[in-house]
Order: sequence, then structure tokens, then C-alpha cells
Amino acid sequence: MHELAVAQGLVMEAERVAAAHRAALVERIVVRVGALSGVEPELLERAFQIARAGTCARQATLEFEGGDVEITCRSCGSHSVGVAPNRLICGTCGGWQVDVTAGEDLLLVRLELSELDAEAALETRSA
Amino acid sequence: MCQTCGCTITPGNRHLVEAETTLFKGPRRQGPSTTVEVLSNLLSANDREAAHNRAHLDQHGILAINLMSSPGSGKTSLLEATIEALGDSCRIAVIEGDLATENDAARIRAKGVPAIQITTGQACHLDAHMVHGALHQLDLTAIDVLFIENVGNLVCPASFDLGHHLNVTLLSVTEGDDKPAKYPVMFRVADLVLLTKADLLDVLGDDFKVEAAIRHVRELANAAPVLTVSTRRTDGIGAFIDWIRDQRAARKSGAQQRPRIVRDELTAGRGAVAHP
Repeated sequence: MHELAVAQGLVMEAERVAAAHRAALVERIVVRVGALSGVEPELLERAFQIARAGTCARQATLEFEGGDVEITCRSCGSHSVGVAPNRLICGTCGGWQVDVTAGEDLLLVRLELSELDAEAALETRSA
Repeated sequence: MCQTCGCTITPGNRHLVEAETTLFKGPRRQGPSTTVEVLSNLLSANDREAAHNRAHLDQHGILAINLMSSPGSGKTSLLEATIEALGDSCRIAVIEGDLATENDAARIRAKGVPAIQITTGQACHLDAHMVHGALHQLDLTAIDVLFIENVGNLVCPASFDLGHHLNVTLLSVTEGDDKPAKYPVMFRVADLVLLTKADLLDVLGDDFKVEAAIRHVRELANAAPVLTVSTRRTDGIGAFIDWIRDQRAARKSGAQQRPRIVRDELTAGRGAVAHP
């Protein structure tokens, strides 16, 4: 149960990006929380409601994308998707020597910002 | 209120905490909006501070090891035995994390080793900021190996880079051999798994099978060594001491040591600046 700490980290990142784009408000936040990241999306959502208070993300919606565990087997090379986090076993040959290619992310993917000043909006578009 | 998870927020007091959020919900001004691709870690602030800590440690050639486990699995006993076993061959310091009390730091100091106690209050894990504060209370020029004994908890500590180099996860044999399957994130980030209190294996019989514990670790795609140790037996931690010596040798030969917790080298590297 460390989701409030993660939510506070998320809001800090959102504030940093919003400030860099001279935006007064964050409207929408998209995150990727992998099944192996150690963070529960539902708990993060609840913690976010608290962490966003009084910040530029105070009205922001939080959306989740992706997060499934994917592995590639080092022996037979086959790729498995949607693997259980506590059984990272190759779906084809049953080997455990696999590389986890997705599912560990704890990422701020994108932000939708508003109340940009005109100058900043131009800079952002040309960036 | 709990500073970490917000668990003390109830239906009865939620409106007070969220009042500020609700107040701002006026009509939105229509204006230009823009979508920005970010792709940064949610724990970037922590990771930057962790990278800063690691830069400090690297400057002084210190090997920092993060010990994680459930409460009561024998982290402090392991440290006491390790201090004795390593003797004068290396200079040790310890950072202790607990919700309350100086008990563990006192036990370490009794062995003649400097120990800084971090009391986290209600927080369930150490973070890079807390460790940074503790590093400034230590004489880094007089340390070869720094042990960070994390808060006893098999969940949260796994997600926080402290600026250390290696993760050691302890599993005491009385906890059951399926713990790695129950707490996959924690055991997946381990660079070394120690099965502690191994002197009890004879008593436990079929209730704890070492092979089963190893299999559960492998099923997390983790090839880390799994060692059985006992602080009650003579030379019961020899394998762990050998591992520490190997890691120190690897460090001296310039090997890059990073805990598996670090998700994004780019994000972490960004904060690696010299201390002002």
C-alpha cells in the first residue's frame, strides 16, 4: 500500500511537465501501470483523488493503458502475452529463462494540458 | 493520516480531504489544449534522488546492499552475524528502517558499527529521500559496505530505488516456500535470495522444501542465487559472506552494479549530478 506515494510522484511529474509547457491545468493523465510494477491501478486511482488536490491536476482524469505482462523465451524464442505475474513461464516450451518485455512499467505516458497562454501554445505545437 | 497509502481516509472524513479538489470544479474555461507525450517514470522524483545517492556512494567506492523481507525474518540477526564474520576485512555501516524504535540500530552499534536509524512513522518503505538524509549522517570515507535494512514488508520496498547497488531478499523458512509466488514483485527484483533460519528446516520437514522455494523464484524469471543460511550455526552464513566478497571484487573491477528495481536507466541517469 504505497500508492499514495506513487500518486504524489505522478502529480509532481504532471506539474513539472505542465510548468515546462506553461499550462495552468492538466485535463487528462494517461499512465501505464504494469502487472509487475508493484502498484494496483484501483488503489492508485483512489490515491490520485487525494494527491491531486490543490495542484494543477486538480480536475484531471486518470486513465490506464496497457500493463499486461509479456515475455520472450530465451530458449525457443516464442513470445507470450498476458502471462500471470507469478508464473513467468514460456507458453510454448515451459522454460523459465525468459525476458520480460512488458509489464514492469510504471509510466506517465501522456498528458492533456489546457489553459496555455497563447505563446506557450504555439511553442508546444511547433515542438 | 498515513503518509503513504491514505488508508486512514474513511467514508466519514473523505469529504474533508477531497474538499479542496471539489472546490475547483467550476465551469471549465474553453481554450486551446495540447497533448504531450511524456513517457517518464511515475517515481522519477524518487529515482533522481536515488541516482544522486548512488553517485555519492560510487564516488567513495561503497557497495550498498538493500535488505528486504517480511518483519521478523532475521535481517538484523543476519547483519549482526555478517559484521562478526567480516571482522576487520571490511568497514561496514548500516542504515536501519523501522516504523518506530531505535532497537535495531542499537543492536548494530553494540557490534561497534555505525548505524543510522530511520523511523518512518507510518510509512511502509524507505525511499531515496530518507536514505539521502541518513547518508549525510555517515562518514562515507570510512565505509566499504553499506547495508540498508528496509522496513519489514514484502510489498512496497520493491518499488523504490534507494540509490543502492544490489537487492537481497530474505525468506525465513517458517514463512513457507511459496512466498515468492505470493509476492512476485519483491522476489523478482532480488539479486540474491537468502533462505534464513535454515537450522529449522529439520523441524519443518515437508512444510518447507528448499527446491520448491527455488522453483518459485525461477518462475519469476529470476536467475538470482538462492542460498540457505543460519545465524545459529557455526559458519551458517559462509555462502552469504562469499557472495559479499564476490560483489566487492566485482565492484572494484569496475562492474556496473544496479538493483533490478531501476526501471529506466535514462530517467535514473538524469539526476546523477554532483552534490552542491
